[in-house]
Amino acid sequence: MSPVAFFILSLLLFTLGALAFLFKRDLITQFMAIEIMLNAANLALVAGAKTWASLDSQVVVFFVITVAAAEAAVGLAIILLIYRQKKNIRSEEINLLKG
Amino acid sequence: MSIAIISIITFLPLAGSFLLLFIPGEKKDLHRLIALLFSLITFSLSIVLFIHFDSSKAEPQMVEKSAWLGYGINYHVGIDGLSLLLVLLSTFLFPIAILSGWRYIDQRVKEYHIFLLFLETGIIGVFVSLNLFLFYVFWEVMLIPMYFLIGIWGGPRRIYATIKFVIFTMFGSLLMLVAIFTLYSFYYKATGVYSFEISDLTKLILLPKVQTWLFLAFALAFAIKVPLFPFHTWLPDAHVEAPTAGSVILAAILLKMGVYGFLRLAMPLFPQALAQFTPLLMILSLIGIIYGGCMALIQKDVKSLVAYSSVSHMGLIMLALFALNQEGLEGSILQMINHGLSTGALFLIVGILYERAHTRLIKDYGGVSRQMPVLAAFFLVCMLSSIGLPGLNGFVGEILCLFGVFQSYKIMAYLAVTTVILAAAYLLWMYQRVMHGPIIHEHVRSFKDLNLREILYLAPIVVLMFWIGIYPNFFLRKMDASVNFLLQKIEEKQKYFGLEMEPHKWRLIKPDLSEKEQSNPKENVSRPALAFREIFAGDDKKP
Amino acid sequence: MSEYFWLIPLFPAASSFILVIFGRWLPKKYVSVQAPLAVLLSFIFGLASFLKIYPRGLGHEAAGLSKTLFSWIHSGSFQIDFTFWFDQLTAVMVLVVSGVGFIIHVYSIGYMAEDRSYTRYFSLLNLFTFAMLLLVMAGNMVLMFVGWEGVGLCSYLLIGFWFERPSAASAGKKAFIVNRIGDAAFLLGLFFLLFNFKTASFPEINRALTDGRISSSLATLIALLFFAGATGKSAQIPLYVWLPDAMEGPTPVSALIHAATMVTAGVYMVSRLNVLYSYSGIAAEVVAIIGALTAVYAGTIALTQFDIKRVLAYSTISQIGYMFLGCGVGAFAAGMFHLYTHAFFKSLLFLAAGSVMHALSGELDMRRMGGLKKHLPITYSTFLIGAITIAGVPFFSGFFSKDAILTQCYAQGKYFLWLLGLTGAIITAFYMFRLIFLTFHGQERFSAEIRHHLHESPPVMTIPLIILAFFSIIAGYIGLPVVFGHDLNFFERFLEPVIIRAYETHLSLGIEWLLIIISSVIAFVGIFLAYVFYLKSPHLPHQLASRFPGVYRLLFNKYYVDEIYNILFVKPLVKGSEMVYYNFDLPIIDGAVNGSAKTVSFFGRILSLVQSGLIRDYALVFILGVAIILGLILF
Repeated sequence: MSPVAFFILSLLLFTLGALAFLFKRDLITQFMAIEIMLNAANLALVAGAKTWASLDSQVVVFFVITVAAAEAAVGLAIILLIYRQKKNIRSEEINLLKG
Repeated sequence: MSIAIISIITFLPLAGSFLLLFIPGEKKDLHRLIALLFSLITFSLSIVLFIHFDSSKAEPQMVEKSAWLGYGINYHVGIDGLSLLLVLLSTFLFPIAILSGWRYIDQRVKEYHIFLLFLETGIIGVFVSLNLFLFYVFWEVMLIPMYFLIGIWGGPRRIYATIKFVIFTMFGSLLMLVAIFTLYSFYYKATGVYSFEISDLTKLILLPKVQTWLFLAFALAFAIKVPLFPFHTWLPDAHVEAPTAGSVILAAILLKMGVYGFLRLAMPLFPQALAQFTPLLMILSLIGIIYGGCMALIQKDVKSLVAYSSVSHMGLIMLALFALNQEGLEGSILQMINHGLSTGALFLIVGILYERAHTRLIKDYGGVSRQMPVLAAFFLVCMLSSIGLPGLNGFVGEILCLFGVFQSYKIMAYLAVTTVILAAAYLLWMYQRVMHGPIIHEHVRSFKDLNLREILYLAPIVVLMFWIGIYPNFFLRKMDASVNFLLQKIEEKQKYFGLEMEPHKWRLIKPDLSEKEQSNPKENVSRPALAFREIFAGDDKKP
Repeated sequence: MSEYFWLIPLFPAASSFILVIFGRWLPKKYVSVQAPLAVLLSFIFGLASFLKIYPRGLGHEAAGLSKTLFSWIHSGSFQIDFTFWFDQLTAVMVLVVSGVGFIIHVYSIGYMAEDRSYTRYFSLLNLFTFAMLLLVMAGNMVLMFVGWEGVGLCSYLLIGFWFERPSAASAGKKAFIVNRIGDAAFLLGLFFLLFNFKTASFPEINRALTDGRISSSLATLIALLFFAGATGKSAQIPLYVWLPDAMEGPTPVSALIHAATMVTAGVYMVSRLNVLYSYSGIAAEVVAIIGALTAVYAGTIALTQFDIKRVLAYSTISQIGYMFLGCGVGAFAAGMFHLYTHAFFKSLLFLAAGSVMHALSGELDMRRMGGLKKHLPITYSTFLIGAITIAGVPFFSGFFSKDAILTQCYAQGKYFLWLLGLTGAIITAFYMFRLIFLTFHGQERFSAEIRHHLHESPPVMTIPLIILAFFSIIAGYIGLPVVFGHDLNFFERFLEPVIIRAYETHLSLGIEWLLIIISSVIAFVGIFLAYVFYLKSPHLPHQLASRFPGVYRLLFNKYYVDEIYNILFVKPLVKGSEMVYYNFDLPIIDGAVNGSAKTVSFFGRILSLVQSGLIRDYALVFILGVAIILGLILF
């Protein structure tokens, strides 16, 4: 199987994630979009490793997975707290950083 | 002296503030007591310093030097005739400042004293630093506690005042930072050695053009601190809003740093630029003298009146500084001490009145003398000291300053003498409205005269006022050697470009130096200077 | 004792110090002993020192006693020591100051007995004496300036003694500030002196002048600057305005200011620098003209005043004018002689006026007095002696001293100044007797209640009056004019070593006699006129006033000088400062500072519009950014 297909899939997944992040208003959904993007990147890395027979990027994948796990834990906790305070998780209503 | 007395004096207050960190905040009196104790020990150590000071030496003494961060950044402190009295003034006033807030500061007592002691370290550090980097660190560090002192314990507009104060000062000092690094890189280019040592940097002989810009950067930082005429507006705001101790320290010590900066850095580092800007700076000082006096005349708030009087007095101090003769410089240094004592005392007295009436407006007083005769006496002496009555300290400084100016620039002295009249006018008028006349406001009747604590912290100031007024030689002798050395250094460097200072002629136009003259160094040039000149000349030719 | 002459000023200083620090715990009785005693000690030491130099004084030795206590201010070329100096001139002044000062102290015990700030009063009185003694004993100009400012301070404190009265507080402040104006000129003079003479000590100043190291234009400049200082301290045109207001202080203080201390300082200073003033003809001329003008000018104001102390105040200004006239025409000894006699009769007049006030419960207005002669016999007779003396009636001390000055004017050929002096004399005689007649003669114009309390003052007050009256009569006999025989002017001969004789004058005896007769006649004419106007036909003054209402109002309002100064100097300064403060300092200078801060925050606000706070916007920008960078890298 040509590695190009993997790259194209990864690209599609990433674009999907990015668009979902931009157009969804639900924090959980946006959060899942980030996960999709991360995994799209993972896919590209693994494909790259296979193509160029290098283990380096395989290692990076593990880092990404770890970071994603940590990020999920913190991110979900933040979302939970926001829900407790505001009773919803609509991202357009969260603009505390407005200048 | 084998023990590191200067470091101890500098960092003892800081140690005190660390100690306070570990004491629970409810024990207010303990905090006050410890802070007082530490400041008193610092003061007594500085007396030891004073006694051991060798007034025949011009160079810094009791020097301590050790490497710190590398790249020429050393921990290098010492004391000479220029800084000795200022250090003494600072350590003298801190116990007084702490006593002045003993009862009045009742909230966040812990933090208050931590900041005060921290401030003391910063202030002493500025006066003893011999390394430019160290100097700058202390210079900036000192702003932090002052920011909080005004911002937390100040009056109603404290936030405005404190931000204005910090940003204004910071604005100047950042330019100075740029100049410091430029100087540093020049020195490196000239010698291949990294150094922030003031003694090294003064050896550099810079082209007048370069000096001009560097001098301007330094001068701006110091002029804001002094404050020289158009940069004075932070002063009334900060003074009015600061708590008593803050005002006292601000007026008595912080302002002196600007003058000290000129004395220690701007003047010996850039003598040509100094000669070039002397007319401008003198005119600004002179405007400050008269302008400050006129503004003080019509203030409605006692504190801002005293603040504007500071503008006027500091103008005289600066004017005498630029006269560049022994009488002027010594008068200027002595007058810094005098101003510290008299204005500090005036702020203390205003603070005492404020504690009783909770107002600073002149019209809310009247007839206080009858209720508080002891205060009236202290107030009178401090006011007269500020006016410059002979027999008190103000006179000695004032007459030396004026005579110094007179010797160099007669016209300046003619105009500066008006300060004698103006100071009497605004202070006596204020005194009359506050202390004399019938009692118009009922609250004045409830005023209690000074208690023992208040007498205790005013009395030493008054004693010093008489001491300096009657026997000033005791203090003047300490600075002779250093002042003469400084003058000699400036004169030598000014001669370098054939730019002999002619005190009777004003140099409004920068002298035109041809390339030839510049690359014709006279024989007695130090090595770094020579090397630098070659490099610099090379740089110039490139474009 | 005379080797301890430097203690003379220190007695009152020490006494004052004790009273200031421990005063609140000291009983009144103790204070009333200590304060006068300190001045008496000064007097005794002064007398001893005087006797020591007296025999030398008749010779030609100028050397006085000198004592350097310590070096005072030394910095570069500014070398000033704390040196006391005691020569013939000092001796005269010390004796006058401490002698008359002592009498005034004693008088004050009675006068101030009821005051609640008794101790403060005496501490200030001592301080005043100290400052004046310091002034006259200073060995150099800078130290003299200490005393010079010191008396200014004390006058501020004593004039404003009853500071609850706004007028008293204002008067004190005015005195100090007006004095300061003169002092600023004095300081400049001092700088010129130090810069050019390289010294401030009197013997060396004289040496520099006699060596001819100093150009006469420079000497003129310095002399004029010092004289400007003297016009402030000695209340001459144009800086005399503080003295009439100084009446707000307790009456003995007025006596002290007017007679013994303070206002005579200027005359003393000019006499002390007599070499300088003789060296500069222009300066001497100015001194003489200002003096003569002031003598007449102040006299004309005194003609119309009704406040008994105010009349005396203007008479002081006028008499000091005579002293300056004397100094200006080179008759320094005569000027000092008048200073010395004036000290007696003026303190007498003030203390007697105080006695009148004491009797009338503080009444000052002559229109509410009259007929006091029989109620206050001692006060009346002493006051009368004082008035006779000041009016220049022959064989009283004032006659001799005033005549010495006028004779000298005439002898110098300064006939205009001589005429001014004579005019002043007739005016003086007139207003003094106007005062006498209005106060002590005629109908009683005070209320019944005051009449009920009317009493002669206690002996502690009347005895000083009698002593002063005695001296007013006899003090002149140590300086008799030449017509009574040669070498009878002991005063002048005593001062000879320290006072330069600029002009040798030889008037024929006939002319001398003539001048004396003219002065005497003038005095009697003045008195007679007063008699006509105020006793014989009391309606005359009213008629005159209504005939020349403009002149009368001008005089009554003191030529509106206070108002003019107010409009010319005080108002513009205050209003101008206010204008600058509200229109320049706040909006422009501070405005620039706050404006730059506002500009920064304005741009910040514009930029902060980008910060929507919405996470999607940030993500969009982020993705676009990444896309652009990627694009740049790839293509």
